[in-house]
Amino acid sequence: MEYFVQQVINGLQIGFVYALVALGYTLVYGIVRLINFAHGDVFMVGAFIGLYAIERHHLPISAVFLAAVGGCALLAMAMERVAYRPLREAPRIASLITAIGMSLFLEYFTALHQVFGPDYYSFPRPFAVTTWEVRGITLTNIQAIIFVVTLLCLGLLQFVVYRTRTGRAMRAVSYDYVTAGLMGVNVNLVISLTFALGGALAGVGGVLYGIAYPQVNTFMGVMPGLKAFTAAVLGGIGSIPGAVLGALIMGQSETLTAAYLSSTYRDGIAFLILIAVLVWKPTGILGTARTEKV
Amino acid sequence: MRTAINLFKAFGPLCLAAGLGYLAESGEMINPYWIQIFQLACIIAISSLGLNLIYGFTGLFSLGHAAFYGVGAYTAALVMKSYGGESQYVFLAALLAGCAGAAIVAYLIGVPTLRLTSDYLGIATLGFGIIMKVLFDNIDSFIPQLGGARGMTGIAKMTTVPWAVVFLGISLILVRNLIHSSYGRALVSIREDEIAAGTMGIDIFRCKMAGFVAGCALAGLSGGLYAHLYAFLHPSNFDFFKSVDVLMIVVLGGIGNMSGTLVASFGWIFLLEGLRVVLPPEYIEFRWVLIPVLLIVTMLVRPEGLFGFREFPFLSGRDDE
Amino acid sequence: MILEVAGLSKNFGGIKALAGVDFHLDEGELIGMIGPNGSGKTTVFNVITGIYRPAGGSVTMDGTPLVGLSPHAINRLGIVRTFQNIRLFRNLSVMDNVRIACHSHVRYGPLSALCRSGGFYQAEGEIWEKAMHLLSIVSLQDRRKELAKNLPYGDQRKLEIARALATEPRILLLDEPAAGMNPFEVGRLMEFIREIRERFRLSILLIEHQMRLVMGICERIVVMDFGQVIARGAPEEIRNNPRVIEAYLGEGSGGEG
Repeated sequence: MEYFVQQVINGLQIGFVYALVALGYTLVYGIVRLINFAHGDVFMVGAFIGLYAIERHHLPISAVFLAAVGGCALLAMAMERVAYRPLREAPRIASLITAIGMSLFLEYFTALHQVFGPDYYSFPRPFAVTTWEVRGITLTNIQAIIFVVTLLCLGLLQFVVYRTRTGRAMRAVSYDYVTAGLMGVNVNLVISLTFALGGALAGVGGVLYGIAYPQVNTFMGVMPGLKAFTAAVLGGIGSIPGAVLGALIMGQSETLTAAYLSSTYRDGIAFLILIAVLVWKPTGILGTARTEKV
Repeated sequence: MRTAINLFKAFGPLCLAAGLGYLAESGEMINPYWIQIFQLACIIAISSLGLNLIYGFTGLFSLGHAAFYGVGAYTAALVMKSYGGESQYVFLAALLAGCAGAAIVAYLIGVPTLRLTSDYLGIATLGFGIIMKVLFDNIDSFIPQLGGARGMTGIAKMTTVPWAVVFLGISLILVRNLIHSSYGRALVSIREDEIAAGTMGIDIFRCKMAGFVAGCALAGLSGGLYAHLYAFLHPSNFDFFKSVDVLMIVVLGGIGNMSGTLVASFGWIFLLEGLRVVLPPEYIEFRWVLIPVLLIVTMLVRPEGLFGFREFPFLSGRDDE
Repeated sequence: MILEVAGLSKNFGGIKALAGVDFHLDEGELIGMIGPNGSGKTTVFNVITGIYRPAGGSVTMDGTPLVGLSPHAINRLGIVRTFQNIRLFRNLSVMDNVRIACHSHVRYGPLSALCRSGGFYQAEGEIWEKAMHLLSIVSLQDRRKELAKNLPYGDQRKLEIARALATEPRILLLDEPAAGMNPFEVGRLMEFIREIRERFRLSILLIEHQMRLVMGICERIVVMDFGQVIARGAPEEIRNNPRVIEAYLGEGSGGEG
């Protein structure tokens, strides 16, 4: 029993990190219907910014997060401006391919010796690790930080999307960007901000990931990116609670598979769940179906 | 551009035939490395043609094409290794088995997933691709000969230039014949407007399944040829990135354009390998920085792919007869 | 009675799009369906052709129940339709649009297509002849190589009808065939509809807002409002029916949608 609860907590830890990344996918997909394959790489850049902020500049932890948030938001906005905006009216596949190109570019460009470098680098711990034991179950302050920071981000996001003018504009653009534009919404700005928001969350996720699993590499974003995206689809893409729910399911499925079956099957089971859910409910658990007008 | 295409139309097949004759006569005069690259390009072209059938013509978004390529490769390699020795007949049978294996797996995965629409189908096939990769990694616990994560060795080197060219030619002709028939038009109508197609009497699910299975069968054939080209298989040859590679080829060449796929496959493989030769060793890692940049620029300049809707004459249909 | 619709209901979320629709179509008849926008006319078409599944009620063709069949199966029984917001295969040629609709009657197998056997060439030739014949009926034979999306609006409507006829239907459902046409064109369209009814021995059900057309060629009219049939009968009965005048004509006749 203790073992099971312990695994569930470990699963929550990775699940929360996935949630931060999944939100970026869901926001961007909700607004421009683009699977932003490069989002996982923004997450990777966030982790590297964290690494440099701690190791080279010895910034306090809050400043580390701020640096990652700022850097990743800028990166995501730049990507949108350069690569996706010119293709907004083109066939959707063109922007998808561009996103894949962007992803490859970020991975290999940052892997150059002149940039981050191609190796695995250890991520410095910005604080000492404390563990608490409650009835045979271990909790660490890292887990506590991940839970608190993620929940804070979620609350903030919920506030921005549902309680601010910008959020209302975002929802309008997501519903119908042509009409939103005619109603005086600055569509380009809103899309830019959405990318920035997604990037910022991925930046937080990257730093948290680095703290929890202290090894970084320029290809580290690929698998979490795919899983986070899958999580967003699983939960119902375009839905904020859906992305979190999906991420938590992904986190549990891979930790529990590793714990009870074999870690080599970890990725397989998560995607098996995805296919099963899609077959059962084609738009994800909390997704709403859009019926086509005939 | 137009002149270049016309020139290519006139002289392309001739040059190809002449080049092949040359190769066949004097295999030693050309670096064997380049001969192998040529074969690889033919193989990738077959697989891409399969994906074009699935995505370009039928409109089914698949992000897991490499999984079927892998099923074909492992199936063919297993058959050949178990029964083949060096026999050409068994090799042919092995290729057919790879083809059939991929087709059967495609059917099984198609039953639940082909009802999904556009992006969701893409995600489901992506998930399937990753599941298959995990399976290939662990397959040695079920079938030890396949090697799992350690890789599969000891496969006979059976793929030759003539085999690669002949199978590419056959695949091209079959896909062309299919596309320019009533069955091909049915597939394309689904890509264009599923609801209208259904109302006009097209059995949507059956046609989707047929297109998907046929495209995956081509991936299986191509996988079988690949297995017997390098005589070594590893699960990483069939991961998500390999699925993305073929998708990029199809989109670069032009959706639903066979000529484009053909040219893009050769262009892609020769660019990859060409850069390996051209770039000085200390800059070799710049290859993967340059390629995505080229990709992005191509998409920005020509979102509809390099070829658009134009086909080489021998691949185009006849509207008037 | 070739088509019978009984007690048809359909909900979208909480909205009752159809609330018990009954009507029938006799062999060879031409019926008009009118009603204000949003009264459920197109939804009836969508249910008959199998695009939507009704919440209740039945659709039968010559006694065969259609509810639950997929669109292609319904088409193969002989029902075909056009769409209010034209749904051609936009990026394909005019010729291919019609040839696609010939697919359900194709007379060669996939293997024959892959090997291009003699039968393939012969059958393809026949499909081509048939498509040309249908295109000539709508005077589009000379534009057969153009992409459907490049045709002018009126020609796109005609092409949709030619495409529908290629499936060899017994029942033709036309969804606002005259939308966007000027009075002169409407007159020609009326002629055309009569002509194809005779020539292909069709039973026709058409949705239309242009009263001149409906009153001019329909033998019977079904009036819908709020998902229900509020009146049915011959054109002159409908014209004088107070409920219809209230629901529909009272709002200003001849509106288009």
